[in-house]
Amino acid sequence: MRIKHVVVALAAAGLYSGGALAQTEIQWWHSMTGALGEALNGLANKFNAGQKDYKVVTTYKGSYPESMTAAIAAFRAGSAPHLLQVFEVGTATMMAAKGAIVPVAKVMTDAKEPFDPNAYLPTVTGYYSDLKGNMLSFPFNSSTALFYIDRNKFKAAGLPPVPPKTWKELIAVAEKLKAAGQQCVYTTGWPSWVHIENFSAWHNVPIGTKQNGMGGFDTQFTFNSPLHVKHVSMLADMAKKGLFTYAGRTNQADGKFQAGECAMATISAGALGGTIKAGKTDWELSMLPYHDDVKGAPQNSIIGGASLWVMSGRKAEEYKGVAKFLAFLSRPEVQMEWHTSTGYVPITKAAYELTQKSGFYAKNPGRDLPVRQLTNRTPTENSKGLRFGNFVQGRTVIEEELENVISGKKEAKAALDDAVRRGNEILRQFEAANR
Amino acid sequence: MTRSGAATKSCVNSRRPTGKQKKRSVEKRVVFRSAWLPYGLVAPQIAITLVFFFWPAAQAVWFSVHLQDAFGLKSQFVGLQNFAALFKDGNYLASFKVTAVFSVLVAFFGIATSLLLATMADRVLRGAMAYKTLLIWPYAVAPAIAGVLWAFLFAPSIGIVTFVLKGWGVDWNWIIQGDQAMLLVVIASVWKQISYNFLFFLAGLQSIPKSLIEAAAIDGAGPLRRFWTIVFPLLSPTTFFLLVVNIVYAFFDTFGVIDATTQGGPGQSTNILVYKVYHDGVKAADLGGSSAQSVILMFIVIVLTVAQFRFIERKVQY
Repeated sequence: MRIKHVVVALAAAGLYSGGALAQTEIQWWHSMTGALGEALNGLANKFNAGQKDYKVVTTYKGSYPESMTAAIAAFRAGSAPHLLQVFEVGTATMMAAKGAIVPVAKVMTDAKEPFDPNAYLPTVTGYYSDLKGNMLSFPFNSSTALFYIDRNKFKAAGLPPVPPKTWKELIAVAEKLKAAGQQCVYTTGWPSWVHIENFSAWHNVPIGTKQNGMGGFDTQFTFNSPLHVKHVSMLADMAKKGLFTYAGRTNQADGKFQAGECAMATISAGALGGTIKAGKTDWELSMLPYHDDVKGAPQNSIIGGASLWVMSGRKAEEYKGVAKFLAFLSRPEVQMEWHTSTGYVPITKAAYELTQKSGFYAKNPGRDLPVRQLTNRTPTENSKGLRFGNFVQGRTVIEEELENVISGKKEAKAALDDAVRRGNEILRQFEAANR
Repeated sequence: MTRSGAATKSCVNSRRPTGKQKKRSVEKRVVFRSAWLPYGLVAPQIAITLVFFFWPAAQAVWFSVHLQDAFGLKSQFVGLQNFAALFKDGNYLASFKVTAVFSVLVAFFGIATSLLLATMADRVLRGAMAYKTLLIWPYAVAPAIAGVLWAFLFAPSIGIVTFVLKGWGVDWNWIIQGDQAMLLVVIASVWKQISYNFLFFLAGLQSIPKSLIEAAAIDGAGPLRRFWTIVFPLLSPTTFFLLVVNIVYAFFDTFGVIDATTQGGPGQSTNILVYKVYHDGVKAADLGGSSAQSVILMFIVIVLTVAQFRFIERKVQY
């Protein structure tokens, strides 16, 4: 009797899994929470509802570093997902793992899915492409750093509520705000991303040799140039005078600005949604401030965020589904929905134009600013993006040294020299491990 | 592992010894009739130790002499190169100092505070259970949550404690001031460990014969004198055990607190060794460097524990 039951159960299980196999599942691991997670699931559901052959299954795997670690462990155990969302600083690590990933360009051509690399915005895809322009990973959520002001604070200090354009103007305004009793005058999120990475691109100076590391792993950091030193010591000076409030290494400044604590902030374009929702500021967006004595500034800013990597070791049939899904994500109307609901930039020109035509930007002033800033000028070798090995560690080093300057422990020159030296050691280690 | 093993030992020791029982407990040897039974009884513990301690430890040693990419696609033997790189790095060496300061502070304040609380809770007559339960409560809180909780209380702009401190004219901003950041992670780590220490001290206190204390009281010794000449020496086995456990705790279990609050910053003011292991290994996927660090850390703790048993245990009165 008992054996019979087991046989029946097994047969049923076999039938059941047979039924499920008819639809190929595409595993997608991500790190989006809250409203962003809902928007992401919305995309997967829309794709699943639109066709019957494939089913995209989304799984939240924790923060960016956590999901990457989980995927690495899964890859080592032979059960990696098809698609993995990896933050921009993990790009070099993923790219170097040639046996673990499949370039997106290859996935698309293998599946004979129509794919035109020129349809995408170059500052966005450039970050995730090799030197020949082959797309390695699919840009998913991209933002950039923007300059926010709270007009209420300006008015309270008797200043015209206009965002300053240059750092010189910003300091002049900051001093007046401070004199009028404003506690937190200026703050910043992501210090390395804003004040080293985006700062360099915006002023068209290199962060490292070999086209910011895109030309090879034998790159060296160069962000201790006189301009960098000048900028960082300016920040330290502002901090000393109480014009700059240091908020922390990640997005802590978002909350400070959104709560109406600070008059000015350089934070992610992605913080706009939260700013609107909080409703405590009379915000205005503008492009990042620049030093007007630098020739060629402002150039264009670079992105932050994450891209989707296709992991290796799956069946060709499954990659067809992956290609179909990526093609779906590239559709202008899908991109427009993602762009308008989340604040991340659209990745194709068509999507940007469609959003323009829809009148969204006219109704929501400032929402096209990230794209305009990213495409301010044709990207140069210094402003295409960056690709440094183990940049998770590299960024930590930069942030530690910036903190040493802001807290007054070190001079800007010494700290940036140390950051470059320590960063280069990390790059050499990475180069050796990926030889 | 070390903790649960040592805990059992201490529990046995601190059982209230009365008359005959005390004599028997001095003779620790137990004779088994069957030859395999004792091995059978310790087998599960040994198996767990092998799988969860020796195996990962051996793997750490293996990784520490290899250079690997994040995905383990390429692996090469590099000898002691990972270690050499660490000792060449001034920041890694600075992290030893930070760790020493942090561990001493956590162990000292963790033990001192809980001893004080246990002594006071031991004297409470009414509602003793309520006090004890409340004091044991924080042990159920995960280190990361303890960190977040204290980080909120001390948050530079919204924290309640910050507000009070500002009223007193203290410029509190641990985001950029290293010493304050250290203070914050020490407080969070100590708070988390007080319950554990408290339990052991309370058990230790209850095992001290009342007659001794009463006799001293009749001889005219005040509460402080009674504590330092009778209670504290008799608690020395417990204190010694807690010292070992707290040092191990400060070395290994506190990265959750750090990760949830300062992440090693500002600068490197709270970058303790174990947090760097976690950051480099788990977050940055640098397995060779991270494993070399954990081998060094393992070595330090072995040396510390051996030293504690050799030199401090001599002064302990069982």
